[in-house]
Amino acid sequence: MEKTFAVKNLSLVDNQTLEINIGPQHPSTHGVFRMNVVLDGETIVSLKPVMGYLHRNHEQIAENMSYTSSMPYTDRLDYFNSMSNNFGYALTVEKLANIDVPEKAEYIRVIMAELTRLVNHVAVIGFLLNDLGAFFTPVLYAFREREKILDIFEDISGARMMCNYFRFGGVKRDLPAGVLDTIKDVVKKFPSFLEEFEALLTKNEILCMRCQNVGVLKPELAISAGITGPMLRASGVNYDIRKIDNYSIYKRFDFKIPLGQKGDVFDRYYVRILEMRESLKILEQALKDFPTSGDIISKKMTPYLKNFRNFKPPVGEAYARVECPKGELGFYVVSDGTPQPWRYHVRAPSLINLTILEDLCIGHKVADAIIILGSVDIVLGEVDH
Amino acid sequence: MALAQNISTVDDGLKSELGKKGIVVTTLNELYNWGRRSSIWPMQFGLACCAIEMIATACARYDIARFGAELFRASPRQSDLMIVAGTVTKKMAPNVVRLYNQMAEPKYVITMGACAIAGGPFIDGVNVLRGIDRYIPVDVHLPGCPPRPEALLYGLMELQKKIDGQTIETTEWYQKGLKREFPIPEYGPKGLIPKFNPEIWNPREEDHRRERYGQPILIGKKTKAPNLDAPPAAPRPVPAPAATAPTSPAAS
Repeated sequence: MEKTFAVKNLSLVDNQTLEINIGPQHPSTHGVFRMNVVLDGETIVSLKPVMGYLHRNHEQIAENMSYTSSMPYTDRLDYFNSMSNNFGYALTVEKLANIDVPEKAEYIRVIMAELTRLVNHVAVIGFLLNDLGAFFTPVLYAFREREKILDIFEDISGARMMCNYFRFGGVKRDLPAGVLDTIKDVVKKFPSFLEEFEALLTKNEILCMRCQNVGVLKPELAISAGITGPMLRASGVNYDIRKIDNYSIYKRFDFKIPLGQKGDVFDRYYVRILEMRESLKILEQALKDFPTSGDIISKKMTPYLKNFRNFKPPVGEAYARVECPKGELGFYVVSDGTPQPWRYHVRAPSLINLTILEDLCIGHKVADAIIILGSVDIVLGEVDH
Repeated sequence: MALAQNISTVDDGLKSELGKKGIVVTTLNELYNWGRRSSIWPMQFGLACCAIEMIATACARYDIARFGAELFRASPRQSDLMIVAGTVTKKMAPNVVRLYNQMAEPKYVITMGACAIAGGPFIDGVNVLRGIDRYIPVDVHLPGCPPRPEALLYGLMELQKKIDGQTIETTEWYQKGLKREFPIPEYGPKGLIPKFNPEIWNPREEDHRRERYGQPILIGKKTKAPNLDAPPAAPRPVPAPAATAPTSPAAS
């Protein structure tokens, strides 16, 4: 008996691995995400993500209600950028039922989607620095800008976060008077904020030392794992659905796709900053060409604004995707001719971008795992949809 | 023979008169509660969408620091207030109750948002708990989806009012034999066991939901899948050519 005890102890000394649990209640897991980490000293040997703490039966609920009724639920998928989620779902059902969108509505949609991108990236960079140890000060700067954009959303849709603004074939209501000037004002002042932000951060030695060469994502792995969005582009793969699909009216705008070189945390941070600048370019062009008159919703869909349970798309299936700030957000809807979809599926970018977390983290210190998770940019509502 | 209670009250007029001369007259209770309500430390604990509004409340524009509640602590041992911000799923509910048990007395709970109160829009989900008040006592309910930051500030002010009304003699956590360990539910084959804590919450005896909200729309079970390959009667929508990319790393 004694002998076995001694052997057991020896094996503990030999291995020296320690299994720790991070989450679900942890300030740096961006919600209720849990990681089982095995450490050798302070180096990560294996990392096992545990999800499902926010599984809210999104798809099942959407299959039990009419098409328009699940529009507010898409807001709650990725609760940072509700407008982009609306955009993806609206595109899918428009493809399913073959609905055209008037030009003014397209412009409104693009403006909203790009404003959402600003909101998301600003908040993500704030939280990334939060994880780096600059506790809450960058978030204060980020949320100051976010509030300005949320004010615009509130004027337009009536809600700050959960906008529920898009409808199939257009948008819910016209822009109120004076909002365009507010948007122009925000777009004009945003670059100065970005410069301020960058002056504080981009060449900061601590940020560079913590972020460079940490969590390097090889482009081959990124492509084979289906990573999309700023994470993929930080690895140097030129893949942006706004350019590839040319959905909506993105063809008309002149903008570039910022690409990273290494694919480390710093590249992911910097690609997001550059993407914000490109979004501002799109916004400027869209505001310049904004049509003064026109419909905001297609005539075919106007009667369904109030009686949305009468809306029955023909039998068929459709998949459409948008370049959400987190990556490729796709919706797959199968219609059986009734007011409810037969199948409703979400391709959530956060979930798929999270799958390579272990590959990124192995070999790094446990403190680096936190910033790698921060740079992946997850939202748990979308991970556990 | 009943004895009169020994309560010393100070006339408000006299108080303000003395205040002008630099003399503060107060009771121990008021002083104690003033200190407690001005330094509520919430727990940094976000579950879902409402957590973002909670962060926005802590930021510069709404600035919860004006009410003394800016110090978000990551550890339940150091916090006084738990803001349940977001949907509580059945997987998460045991952790929430455990965190509540770990908090030191006196402790308060604000449920933020419709989901934490009663399931909210996700009430139909099989995995969604219909209100955290089934397991832990809640002081302030904040409706909204999500509530605005102003609403959270209002809820905090209501909680401060509640704290003001408590006295040292009668508060629970100074009494002998206080046991505020709430049983942690377990995840069983059919949801959580037990389904609720009967000391705190009981289901309503009369169900008025149908009278108040009308007949629910019955959808009926759909068992037959649509035949997508069959030639449709109506002209099928032509898929837009832009929809499929030639080199997609992540196909649907």
